[in-house]
Amino acid sequence: MMGPAVSAQAWVRSRIGTWNEWLAQSSTRPAAAAQDLTLEQARHMVEQHRALARDLATARRLLPKSRTTAALEALYLRSHVQIDRAPRVTRAALLHLAREEIPAVMASLLPTILWIVALLLASVGAGWWLITRYPELISLIASPSMIDQVEHGHLWTSDLFNIVPSSMLSLRILSNNITVTLMMFCSGIFLGLGVAYFSALNGLMLGALLAFTHQHGLAGALLTFATAHGPVELSTMCIAGAAGIKLGESVLRPTLPSRRESFESCARRLGPVLGSCALLLIGCGIIEGFVSPDPRVPLAVRLAIGIGWWALMLAFFSGRLFAWTTVRLQAPAQ
Amino acid sequence: MRKFHPAQAGFFLPSNNALPAAATDERAPHPEQLHIAGLTGVDLGLEIAGPGNRSYAFIEDWLIRVLVALAWFSLALFLIRAEGVHAKLVYLGGLPALAIYLLYHPVLEVLTHGRTPGMRHAGVRLVTRSGGTPGVTALLIRNVFRLIDMLPSLYLLGLVCCFLTRERVRIGDLAAGTLLVVDAPGRLPSSALAAVAHGALTPAAAELIEDLLERWGSLDAQYRVTLARTVLARMQQPLGDLHGSAEQQSRQLRERLRGLLAQRAAG
Repeated sequence: MMGPAVSAQAWVRSRIGTWNEWLAQSSTRPAAAAQDLTLEQARHMVEQHRALARDLATARRLLPKSRTTAALEALYLRSHVQIDRAPRVTRAALLHLAREEIPAVMASLLPTILWIVALLLASVGAGWWLITRYPELISLIASPSMIDQVEHGHLWTSDLFNIVPSSMLSLRILSNNITVTLMMFCSGIFLGLGVAYFSALNGLMLGALLAFTHQHGLAGALLTFATAHGPVELSTMCIAGAAGIKLGESVLRPTLPSRRESFESCARRLGPVLGSCALLLIGCGIIEGFVSPDPRVPLAVRLAIGIGWWALMLAFFSGRLFAWTTVRLQAPAQ
Repeated sequence: MRKFHPAQAGFFLPSNNALPAAATDERAPHPEQLHIAGLTGVDLGLEIAGPGNRSYAFIEDWLIRVLVALAWFSLALFLIRAEGVHAKLVYLGGLPALAIYLLYHPVLEVLTHGRTPGMRHAGVRLVTRSGGTPGVTALLIRNVFRLIDMLPSLYLLGLVCCFLTRERVRIGDLAAGTLLVVDAPGRLPSSALAAVAHGALTPAAAELIEDLLERWGSLDAQYRVTLARTVLARMQQPLGDLHGSAEQQSRQLRERLRGLLAQRAAG
């Protein structure tokens, strides 16, 4: 009867050439190139993976806890990583995302969005009431220079155009807006309390500033400034807040076997909506840097831009923006 | 002392509040390992990188991005001053430097498929729960949650989360479904296998010699000499003609082991 050492020797002798060949292949083939494989190459890779699995199972039996087995495990893992990868993002997949997935997520978010809007409006009202009743509290919200400017009849936004180049202003604003929106979403992990805090704080500040500028006859100028970029900016904030609430809900009331799975699935489902909000905010930043502080832009143009951008956002989130776009399907490469 | 189980932290307990029943079962996967169900039925265990490995990789990446951002900013500032450009254009130096600093992780993780230079150097890599390469969406979600993980400062929340979770992940990883695992080098012991293939050595003996040779530099001088003598004696190799100082003898023993392996590998 053949002993285990002898059978291991015979087996290693028969396989060593193949392993060295696989090792050479895996070190020369970069991971990213796997997406560009032909069908034949992909089939060969899968066959090789199966053969590797067989060898690994045998090595575990004949050479347990050996360096050979460890090396085969590493090789097997490398092969596993090359096969088990996310599919390439195609135009068709992007269209499906924009037409089906994002509108479906938005429909599920709608009731929560309405609650966030209600909270925001209530906070705006509270801020307005607070500053109307106790004007000295504005020092908690606005900086001394802002207060000084408004008291002298100037809006703090009127000098922006002359101080900072528009492109830089845009970049600064859009990065700040995107950070605030993402922060609002992420703070949903704190069981949704973070979202409530950020929504209430933003609403309170908005209401307070409106009341303060109203007291000095500048509320109209402030609204004019915000007309072009404000609607989409506030809407994305509410959408991000609603997404954050859903995230908190996924931890509180999991829909999958574990809270981690539920949280992960929810974050993955909401990710594209957040990405879309970030893209919309880039547009808002450009408007806020180039259009909003420019005194030469008339109100009608600002209104047109504001409503147009908002309508575009609605069309996108409802799936109507790409409703008529067609996609040509490609046959797989041979 | 009773050992604290990470799942007892409570927040990420399974929704039915059941603690893992197999925690003491010897056949259960190692708690610090990611068990991957292979596509072929042959399963794998990946060693999960702990907070130490993770912090090491992060600090390396942090140093790289700070240095690159500072280099860009200094160069831009130098050029702007040399050309006597308006002070407003200092933004041209500052904003790209800020972009390098802030976008380093999302951009590099996507481009390198979850292996930034810091991770590469620390010997770790990002994988999905199935052991695959994370997609772009997962990597972006992971990076968005840095906003929370870095709270209140110095990634304290992320670090605490790493200590409390069974798989040593931060909140961003929980959201993205990713894990940081130790990247095994995977090098076949070629000479040892060749010796085994020629029937000159048993697999265990061949691997022992190759292992000893590889670890020669890191072993204590006295122990490596003892080990080498023992191995050579077992292989019935003569040891009588060793000469010179202890250091020279150690070198001779190493050469003899190398020669033995090469001789047996050549058949």
